[in-house]
Amino acid sequence: MGTAVTLVKDSPPGTAPARLGAPGAVRRRRRGENLAGYLFMSPWIAGFLLLTAGPMAASLYFAFTDYNLFDAPRWIGLDNFTALFDDPRWQKSVEVTAKYVVIGTPLKLLLALGVALLLAQSRRGQAFYRAAFYAPSLIGASVSVGFVWRALFSDGAVVDRTQSFLGLGSGGWVGDPGRVLYSLVALTVWQFGAPMVIFLAGLKQVPRELYEAAEVDGAGPLRRFWSITLPMLSPVLFFNVLLETIHSFQIFGSAYVVSNTTCGPADATLVYTCYLYQKGFKESQMGFASAMAWMLLLAVALVTAVLFWSQKRWVHYEEDVR
Amino acid sequence: MSGAGGKVIGTGAPGRVRGRRGSLAWHAGALLVLAVVLYPVVWVVGASFKPGREIIGSLELFPAGPVLTNFTGLADGIADISIATFFQNSLFYALGSVAGILVSCSLTAYAFARIPFAGRNVLFSLMIGTLLLPYHVLLIPQYVMFQKAGLVNTYVPLLIGKYLATEAFFVFLMVQFMRNLPRELDEAARLDGCGHARIYWSIVLPLCRPALITSAIFTFINAWNDFMGPLIYLNEPGKYTVSLGMMMFRDQEGVANYGGMIAMSLVALLPVLLFFLAFQRYLIDGMATSGLKG
Repeated sequence: MGTAVTLVKDSPPGTAPARLGAPGAVRRRRRGENLAGYLFMSPWIAGFLLLTAGPMAASLYFAFTDYNLFDAPRWIGLDNFTALFDDPRWQKSVEVTAKYVVIGTPLKLLLALGVALLLAQSRRGQAFYRAAFYAPSLIGASVSVGFVWRALFSDGAVVDRTQSFLGLGSGGWVGDPGRVLYSLVALTVWQFGAPMVIFLAGLKQVPRELYEAAEVDGAGPLRRFWSITLPMLSPVLFFNVLLETIHSFQIFGSAYVVSNTTCGPADATLVYTCYLYQKGFKESQMGFASAMAWMLLLAVALVTAVLFWSQKRWVHYEEDVR
Repeated sequence: MSGAGGKVIGTGAPGRVRGRRGSLAWHAGALLVLAVVLYPVVWVVGASFKPGREIIGSLELFPAGPVLTNFTGLADGIADISIATFFQNSLFYALGSVAGILVSCSLTAYAFARIPFAGRNVLFSLMIGTLLLPYHVLLIPQYVMFQKAGLVNTYVPLLIGKYLATEAFFVFLMVQFMRNLPRELDEAARLDGCGHARIYWSIVLPLCRPALITSAIFTFINAWNDFMGPLIYLNEPGKYTVSLGMMMFRDQEGVANYGGMIAMSLVALLPVLLFFLAFQRYLIDGMATSGLKG
């Protein structure tokens, strides 16, 4: 992230010291700044130690223990990890989550980009559509929408009737292990508004002169999209891919509510966090659940690393930012 | 925003949609997306006025004979608990979260944006790192900690993080905003003998109002929608938030109180939708800037 660089804006040599005179005063002032900095930061530092770093260390320890919350944790080495790889339900949860991420995220981002490109063409009505398309992103994670989804995708409800009408088979999706996951995919795609808003803001920053020059050179619309819009938009695209992917790994509430708390039928919506919840909070297997959490962290870290590594190849940063 | 000055750029065609045919096609496309996007929201409004057993099967959006029984049914509460209790709890959780975020995140952001202290860059990277950290790694150990401290079934585990600036997104949002404020202001204040506390309170905070409003509304909505936190930490129905209380309507023994579920869904969505209508500009602008210059 380029932001960290801009932070190092220490007072340029010569200005502040000259005014304050003696070097002792400079040191005193610097010490004062440090004190003030850490004072202002103290809530964050406390939160980081107490709610992030400490728990992470604890979780790493639990992952190597047998722990049921009431008896003291018992060290069992790698047993949780071997048990996890042998567990068919864990494998199922990995498969379900991977499918959800791999299908849902690209669809959502493609729709977001497509609609952003459409909206960017005209100013009339843009603000209205932008707001209306954004609204689902605010309510999509709520229990209310989970209920609505469950109803819309039930036997005999609107989705079922529409597909029967189109000759695509019958039956609601929520009761069908083969299709229920796609109702969750539909729910995440429905929330394309948040990345769309970010794409739109990115599109506004593409200098207009580039298009004019390209048009003079005789570049068609497709060529202009490929050679101007896409490279100029790639940092924003990267940001969206990163955040949406990480978020979709962590899906819980909608799977839990749409499946009526079962994460089924037949474990068809057993997303990773759902299984983690069942293991940790229903079966009190805190050690196993912690091992699961660390596997999730590893997977997310790996995906993040691959994305950052790949950005050299496809993300175009302008040289003269700032 | 750059100096594009409101000029609009499209798929590759510079300038706006040309001609009447282009404009018609544009509106047709946008309206089609709108219809699909809004369908579930319109559906829930219509369905809440249908008799319970017609909710799933009937295809008309709005019933020919609307009934109010779903809403009057809510007045009875559920399992001897009034719906108002859930709303009070959610309101307490949401407002408590807003207060915490505004204070803790703005203090942290001020330090990052305005105080050149030793170790600032390291801490800033750590903070950005937590933005990408899956929350679920912390779920089990935090629960263990709060359980040992006897704080399960209270709101402390749900609120404490908000007072300790753990929501990195809002810190980041405020840092970005504060960095763009003119430095001359605090330099002038400094010459007048103001310390950081004074500059933070009297200069930076008032100028940060848009970022504070955006953070406050997002925080309110996130807390209002939060499901996993209450699910894990609250286990006494009298303390349930709206999202947890609603779950008591779902089908038990194969019989769903669909009327109650759908009416409650609508009522629970209303605060969020109203907030959205009132403040959509702050929300969308806040969202839009988060992706730029990240």
